[in-house]
Amino acid sequence: MKPAPFDYHAPRQLNEATELLAKLPNAKILAGGQSLVPMMNFRYVIADHLVDLGGLQELRGIAVADGHLRIGAMTRQRDLEFSADIAKHCPLMSEALQHVGHRQTRNRGTIGGSLAQADPAAELPAICAAYDATIHVASVRGMRQVGYRDFTTGFMSTALQSDEMIAAVDLPIWPASHGHGFHEFARRHGDFALAGAAALLDIGADNVVRKAALTLFGVNALPLRVDAAETRLTGQRLDASAIRTAAASAWLIEPISDIHASGEYRRHLAQVLSLRALNDAARRAGVQA
Amino acid sequence: MSKQPTRVTVNGKSYARVVDARLTLADFLRHEINLTGTHLGCEHGVCGACTVLVDGQSARSCLMFAVQANNCEVTTVEGLAPDGKLSVLQQAFIDNHGLQCGFCTPGMLITLTELLREKPEPSEQDVREALTGNLCRCTGYAGIVKAALDAAQRLRGGAAAAGS
Repeated sequence: MKPAPFDYHAPRQLNEATELLAKLPNAKILAGGQSLVPMMNFRYVIADHLVDLGGLQELRGIAVADGHLRIGAMTRQRDLEFSADIAKHCPLMSEALQHVGHRQTRNRGTIGGSLAQADPAAELPAICAAYDATIHVASVRGMRQVGYRDFTTGFMSTALQSDEMIAAVDLPIWPASHGHGFHEFARRHGDFALAGAAALLDIGADNVVRKAALTLFGVNALPLRVDAAETRLTGQRLDASAIRTAAASAWLIEPISDIHASGEYRRHLAQVLSLRALNDAARRAGVQA
Repeated sequence: MSKQPTRVTVNGKSYARVVDARLTLADFLRHEINLTGTHLGCEHGVCGACTVLVDGQSARSCLMFAVQANNCEVTTVEGLAPDGKLSVLQQAFIDNHGLQCGFCTPGMLITLTELLREKPEPSEQDVREALTGNLCRCTGYAGIVKAALDAAQRLRGGAAAAGS
């Protein structure tokens, strides 16, 4: 249970980090280390070089600008949890963070690390899917922006090239009156969820839905937007029956089966959790459905 | 570059060593500076026995390399009782049967020290949630939760919980 030897690099600036990634063969990025280090201890991962981003102060912090939140990749999950800006503009993320690992791992774990790891049952990738986040990707070739739908490419896989790293994440801010809901089911608090649902509802006059986002996670290789539910809700007057119909669209997914749960059970959970998340979102948006 | 000069302040005392980059903070504490109060259970971040405070925040020392703690302040369980005098929380563990074999206890104490600092009036739910990151196979957690609530009350200046 000891990692294989590696060379350690601690860049102080972003361009130093990208130059190292361009130059070094078989290098891994060390962010919070809460997923990478266990894999290194088991020697599932054997890296020749580790590039530690811990010293890159420029990648830490949360800023509000032009209708979006910009979160530096090295912002710790605990910093997000206690951020007044996140609580105000992105309460869905605040709620989801209560389910991310444990306080000891959230103290170290970063948002960039979560997104690069892309665990299908992880909460932060699901939140980025829910908001159609934009990922800022840095390399020696400069900065490029990738929408979240294009960023995830498969089971624990992303669009990142071997010499690229996440620098920041942009989340669009929904109108202050929007409602959110987040529910997941795990056998123990802090475990990866068997299934989870995140809902966002922006509701206008006469309780008509202006915009809806329903995201499932833990059920498939990637966080999944339930397009059918969103289409059904948008432009509809929100009431109990509209919510039930939308949540039932989760039936359409084809979840994975594994030792933790059967696909059928996950499909059942997906519907129940979608219903709860949408109900919470409706209530918080001021609709008694 | 696989060897790295590293300086870590542990329980108020500064230690400078040249270490393998792959040396975990847990092994640094146990083998380099002989503070064996920090226990290693699973070595992959599940059991929480190796929890220490890094710059005041709880972290699993098996999931950090010692080089990452360069210029940081680390508090281990030894730091909770600097002159051999038990902290209020440690005494509450004894009084409430918060430990049996004692293997998980260092991690439990560190996690709860952080919780009580952040939240002087925790609910039972707060305590249980904080402890989800620490496994105990002996006590069933009842004594530990009781000890944490008792310590919180004592630290607030109240009397010890009756009947404990």
